[in-house]
Amino acid sequence: MSTNVVENKVCDVKPQTPWAPSNKQRFTTFGLVVAAAVISFVLVGVTPMKGKLAYFAIFFAALLILDYTFSRMQFGKAAGVDSFFRTLFTIAITITVLPVVSILWNVWLRGHKGLHWSLFTTDMKQSDFTQPVGSGGLIHAIIGTLIIIAIAVIISVPIGILTAVYLTEIKGRFSRPIAFLVQAMSGVPSIVAGLFILAAIVYPLTKHFNGFEGSIALAILMIPTVARTSEEVLRLIPEDLREAGLALGGTQWRSVALIVLPAARSGLFTAIILGVARIIGETAPIVLLTGGANVININPFSGTMESLPLYIWSGLLSGTPEAFTRAWAGILILLALVIVLFAGARYLGSKKVGK
Amino acid sequence: MVDSTSEGNEKEMQTANTSNLASVSAQRAEKMAQSKPGTQVMGVGLEARGVHAWFGEKHALADVSLDFWPGTVTALIGPSGCGKSTFLRTLNRMHEFIPGAAMAGEVLLNGEDIYAPGTDVTKIRLKVGMVFQKPNPFPSMTIEENVLAGLKLAQLKIENKDELLEECLTRAGLWNEVKDRLKAHGGALSGGQQQRLCIARSLAVRPQVLLMDEPCSALDPGSTLKIEETISHLSSSVTIVIVTHNMQQAARVSDNTAFFLSDGGPGQMIETGPTNEIFSRPKDQRTENYVTGRFG
Repeated sequence: MSTNVVENKVCDVKPQTPWAPSNKQRFTTFGLVVAAAVISFVLVGVTPMKGKLAYFAIFFAALLILDYTFSRMQFGKAAGVDSFFRTLFTIAITITVLPVVSILWNVWLRGHKGLHWSLFTTDMKQSDFTQPVGSGGLIHAIIGTLIIIAIAVIISVPIGILTAVYLTEIKGRFSRPIAFLVQAMSGVPSIVAGLFILAAIVYPLTKHFNGFEGSIALAILMIPTVARTSEEVLRLIPEDLREAGLALGGTQWRSVALIVLPAARSGLFTAIILGVARIIGETAPIVLLTGGANVININPFSGTMESLPLYIWSGLLSGTPEAFTRAWAGILILLALVIVLFAGARYLGSKKVGK
Repeated sequence: MVDSTSEGNEKEMQTANTSNLASVSAQRAEKMAQSKPGTQVMGVGLEARGVHAWFGEKHALADVSLDFWPGTVTALIGPSGCGKSTFLRTLNRMHEFIPGAAMAGEVLLNGEDIYAPGTDVTKIRLKVGMVFQKPNPFPSMTIEENVLAGLKLAQLKIENKDELLEECLTRAGLWNEVKDRLKAHGGALSGGQQQRLCIARSLAVRPQVLLMDEPCSALDPGSTLKIEETISHLSSSVTIVIVTHNMQQAARVSDNTAFFLSDGGPGQMIETGPTNEIFSRPKDQRTENYVTGRFG
């Protein structure tokens, strides 16, 4: 057998994707979805089953059965089962995403009516929840939330990450009890944290409400989330890297600080995001500790402070249509704030290190 | 493969193989003999005296005494689980990171026991560097930062950064391939390049001894060849100890060879000597069986 040497030729072949679904397959899939929809309408119309949920349930069940039957008839049993589970997971994803989309949609629907420039420029000093939406704003609540969350983050991120470092790197004698306590702490209800600060700090010591007390209560809630997530992330860092650092003559602290933590950077940012997500909407400790206010207060150590969850809460309590609209606008702004914070943290976490 | 003819053939091939290995190492010994006189030997000797190692209750290594002469390459060979890597890790005190680990004996660097009370472990590891089996460049750092990482870790002053970079990467045989992209991430290199980057990283802190734990086992033949060239270049200035499963490699790169074996109990050093002797006329039957490929 001689060896063929293929000379380099000018390539005139276009890239193709022979594995992509053909038009016929696409049409079949579309037809199946339509058929399932028709079946659900017919069944709801004919049988005593009623309600919007019935449409969904019958639609999904019909889609599963139709999909399985068609794939099995065309390609055999294995392909049928494969197709069945693929459809099942697609349905699961839809069910997961639907509530989120529905929440966002509802919040926008009810909240956008209350959106007004004065929301970001004025507080409620001259105004009242029952007055028309155009007067007064919630800048004091936005500032309050940002200050309270920022202090909670400043307290809990170092403590949380250092706890994780103790559990994964130092592996000291108390690792097991501490891991257990951190796990137990992550189940503490927020109102318990609030009551604890109330009983341990406000009544015996300060005797006044202020923003900082709210921050401490939120930090208690945030630390376990940060610690546990960071611990999981640090455990994923290969042992090789630690050994390499130590073999180069680094002390343990320096190889943790220069190698392990930077390698876990994006994961640690995720831990912080999850921690903030845990506390940003917490209402109970805020209601108990910060006291609420209708003016801007930028000093967390003195005087009561407003925050978005508290603003929303008082709006809903007032009960008038204007107050409801204000509350929904507050919810919309809180959601927007969360999204902005998360996007920012993701960006920081994914950015490559380097100067 | 049970009929006698094929067995006979195999034996023939093995003999051929052995003589081949012996001739390879003999050539190297000749080359060394030619190059040795007059060249400055800068490395430092390392001596192991009656080293034992345990993992919990398991006695992994028993009574190994071995000298590593300045400016030589010593290969540790033997089947898996015979304690070669464990022994290597006792030489720069990496053994103690394994939970439950224990050891006995002395390891003398420049005549001083590195296990003596009050010894600064980090200083020992600066003098006795290590290259691992799997290339492990630091993922969050660029090529340049990787090379300088050791100095940063040990909080040493970095003088003439560019010169140091070029020198270490050249000695590791990587300079020409990366000189235009020092700011790229270490993970962007191929496996063989990553391993040479790790060698450059170890060299930056100017170790006197370099321990290599199967440095080529995860690499393709081309990269292996490059690393072996690197080892040959380094051997004049650094004492090198290399664990390898590849006997061709041991024959190609080492001056001395030590054969380790475990008969179910703790691993022991069976035989040590100049590489060409170990491969051509081993004194112990077990060594002969191993180097001729009859087992292991």
